[in-house]
Amino acid sequence: MKLTLHVWRQAGPQDRGRMEMLQVDGITSDMSFLEMLDKANEDLIHDGKEPVAFDHDCREGICGTCSMVIDGVAHGPQEGTTTCQLHMRAFKDGDSIHIEPFRSRAFPVIKDLVVDRGSFDRIIAAGGYVSVNTGSAQDANNLPVRKKDADMAMDAAACIGCGACVASCPNGSAMLFVAAKMGHLAHLPQGQAERKERALSMVAQMDAEGFGACSNHYECEAVCPKEIPATFIGSMNREFLKSSLCPDS
Amino acid sequence: MAFQLDSKVPEGPLKEKWTNHRFNMKLVNPANKRKFKVLVVGSGLAGASAAASLAELGYHVECFCFQDSPRRAHSIAAQGGINAAKNYPNDGDSVWRLFYDTVKGGDYRAREANVYRLAEVANNIIDQCVAQGVPFAREYGGMLDNRSFGGAQVSRTFYARGQTGQQLLLGAYQALERQIGKGTVRMHVRSEMLDVVKKDGRAVGIISRDLVTGEMKRFSGDAVLLCTGGYGNVFYLSTNAMGSNVTAAYRAYKRGAGFANPCYTQIHPTCIPVSSEHQSKLTLMSESLRNDGRVWVPKQKDDQRAPNDIPEDERDYYLERRYPSFGNLVPRDVASRAAKERCDAGYGVGATGYAVFLDFAAAIERVGEDVIRARYGNLFQMYEKITGENPYKVPMRIYPASHYTMGGLWVDYNLMTTVPGLFALGEANFSDHGANRLGASALMQGLSDGYFVAPYTVGSYLAEEVPLDGSGAVATDDPAFDQVEQEVQGRIDRLLSVGGKKSVESFHKRLGQIVWDQCGMGRSREGLEQALRDIPKLREEFWKEVFVPGSAGEFNPEVEKAGRVADFLEFAEVLCEDALAREESCGGHFREEHQTPEGEALRDDEHFAHAAVWEYKGDDVRPELSKEQLTFENVKLTTRSYK
Ligand SMILES: Cc1cc2nc3c(=O)[nH]c(=O)nc-3n(C[C@H](O)[C@H](O)[C@H](O)COP(=O)(O)OP(=O)(O)OC[C@H]3O[C@@H](n4cnc5c(N)ncnc54)[C@H](O)[C@@H]3O)c2cc1C
Ligand code: FES
Repeated sequence: MKLTLHVWRQAGPQDRGRMEMLQVDGITSDMSFLEMLDKANEDLIHDGKEPVAFDHDCREGICGTCSMVIDGVAHGPQEGTTTCQLHMRAFKDGDSIHIEPFRSRAFPVIKDLVVDRGSFDRIIAAGGYVSVNTGSAQDANNLPVRKKDADMAMDAAACIGCGACVASCPNGSAMLFVAAKMGHLAHLPQGQAERKERALSMVAQMDAEGFGACSNHYECEAVCPKEIPATFIGSMNREFLKSSLCPDS
Repeated sequence: MAFQLDSKVPEGPLKEKWTNHRFNMKLVNPANKRKFKVLVVGSGLAGASAAASLAELGYHVECFCFQDSPRRAHSIAAQGGINAAKNYPNDGDSVWRLFYDTVKGGDYRAREANVYRLAEVANNIIDQCVAQGVPFAREYGGMLDNRSFGGAQVSRTFYARGQTGQQLLLGAYQALERQIGKGTVRMHVRSEMLDVVKKDGRAVGIISRDLVTGEMKRFSGDAVLLCTGGYGNVFYLSTNAMGSNVTAAYRAYKRGAGFANPCYTQIHPTCIPVSSEHQSKLTLMSESLRNDGRVWVPKQKDDQRAPNDIPEDERDYYLERRYPSFGNLVPRDVASRAAKERCDAGYGVGATGYAVFLDFAAAIERVGEDVIRARYGNLFQMYEKITGENPYKVPMRIYPASHYTMGGLWVDYNLMTTVPGLFALGEANFSDHGANRLGASALMQGLSDGYFVAPYTVGSYLAEEVPLDGSGAVATDDPAFDQVEQEVQGRIDRLLSVGGKKSVESFHKRLGQIVWDQCGMGRSREGLEQALRDIPKLREEFWKEVFVPGSAGEFNPEVEKAGRVADFLEFAEVLCEDALAREESCGGHFREEHQTPEGEALRDDEHFAHAAVWEYKGDDVRPELSKEQLTFENVKLTTRSYK
């Protein structure tokens, strides 16, 4: 396959950035999208030019590092799939592909397709945990958990923190990410003691980071590579409201 | 001078060693803990758990990772599960059995006392993780569920769907973030440690590079913990994350830390095979698939027919044929070698001839497609995403791939390397798995080291060796830091100034090919000697012809990669030296000269029941070998048989 890429190039945070056109040849359908970019970069290096910077690590769809908007969709055209698990059989010879970073006010661009998602870590640091020091735990089976609750918690905990939800939201909202963590812990008995404080402090941090509000577009759910349902956002809203109205009850 | 290797294994009966040791270790008074600073390099299971636990105790911690968030460490990718001897299923498990299985699974090349401690604290790990909210799989009664894994006859593996590593890491990450929020841990993301700083023989700090700005940074600390993972990417293609590398451990080795058993590498039998020369990584298909999948190749060489067109009597179910009692469930090393043997002999399938079939047709017929979907649905889906083939209809094609490294920095019972003040945790050390690791035991070891061992042993080191009045602290403007920083900067400048034409990646690929061919699943004197001639040549070419674009003072992934590949190009030699010196076959190390007439591994306990510890002696100088003799007082050395 021969493809034309239109790739976002931006030398650094201060640079204004622009789209650059690249031709890439010799692409086979069993290559992954990132292997296609590897090939484009090999060609650039061969010509003495700077390769396109992009984030990636596991290439198995689990670490949440890869982050590109492909033809206008975060992680590209295939549902429930991260960029690294997208394969070139989804494209055909002669295609033009537009590749841009995950854009959002709270995700400043570092270089080309690489953005800073430190805001997600700070939201977790604000309360996305159970406060239990090492060594203070009781026997694990002293705390039975209904299978249904454990499964719901796991559905939410499957979030890989990639930020596709933010990148796809017209408001740049991080609600699906925050809701997933709150939902994970709220479904477990271990998460109950700090439930209210957690809701308040995570939301406060989310607002402080400059993420937008949710206005029910559900783009987040559509692009989430782990297919986390937006119903968690509804639960989060109720959780937040309850915690705000009666913090001490 | 060779190393004086003192394992510091405590006196007394095996079962009492750790308890006694904890009692005898010196403590740091709670009010004094904040006077000490600990540098934790790495935020995987080992690093995140250690950093969080040390901070909870009151120490000042600085933690580093090269990813953009500590949550993205390679541990996130572990699928199958984590072992512990809870004996919840009441099937006869015990701390002793977990200890025994691990020593045996490691082919009798691990230190008994360490393994026993690991088995002992494993139960605490499960308790801790559940308390943090790790959503382990549950039974309908609300109790924790267990599954079985290779190398054990009991069900002791705890799991969270196919994402156990992710959930355990998120638990540790959240504990770490809690401390970051409190200000007790300072986290440095996108930050790569490039060297250890020593003063008067002790580790007193590190030099790291800020990967966003390219700036060199100095950090001083009273102890340094390397939790930097394994070196499986020396093979280029592996199941490890792209960034996994040997740099931190290798630079520590060059500063005097002994490197133990580098030749113990694990090749996992069930991975999706290489499809093209542009392949960048290989994907693991969980070991659990071998519970229901049958492995076969055609009986006829170069058979080009579609698998479903090959009649039953023209198929060779070679694992069932060679190992009638374990069949498709032989341990990883045995299954991997058997696949290689068939493919080398010309019976392999797929475009490259380096793949075998893993066939679910019989299982689907027996229990139905729905049951198979319930068991392995996510894996089948992942397989289809990558290969475009539907494994419910056509057999999977699989081939072994580099997966884990048992070798690593030598550590004593306290997890301290041969450099005082420098500790190694998790996959970065050599300690617990001997020559072969059992499934679901790496997660256990990383968390054991980080939650339950290092917090005690590092404290004891600080209490005994580092003066409380701060007179031991070395300021970052000390000449010791100047010198190391200059060396690190000099190396980066050299990489950038080569100005050749070949990409870093192309060298990594070629190195991987050499190491895979000569020091992969089968190793011979002749092949290893060839590798030891080829690697220095490739290294020389690298330093003459590599092209590293851009500059050092910016975000530049090519600079990062170049440094890592340069280290792999040196480290690969130590790996091959070790494989050459170990004139026996054991676990993941198979020397073709040392096998039984049936082609099974042949150990030599008389001469090789030791850990081989390599000492850096200068660039282009053969490293020196020291040995830690392993004594087995509690288990009897036998030959593993799976026939
Ligand atoms: C696909 C796959 C599946 C697996 N499944 C299982 C399983 O089911 N059960 C099991 O028990 N084991 C499994 N393993 C093995 C297990 O996942 C690893 O051995 C374990 O997670 C390693 O943890 P760690 O903390 O030692 O290192 P890692 O998780 O590799 O973390 C290394 C850390 O060090 C940092 N780092 C490295 N170098 C530097 C540097 N120079 N400067 C700064 N930071 C640095 C990295 O950023 C990272 O944070 C699996 C492995 C793979 C590849
Ligand atoms: S690189 Fe890890 S999810 Fe894509």
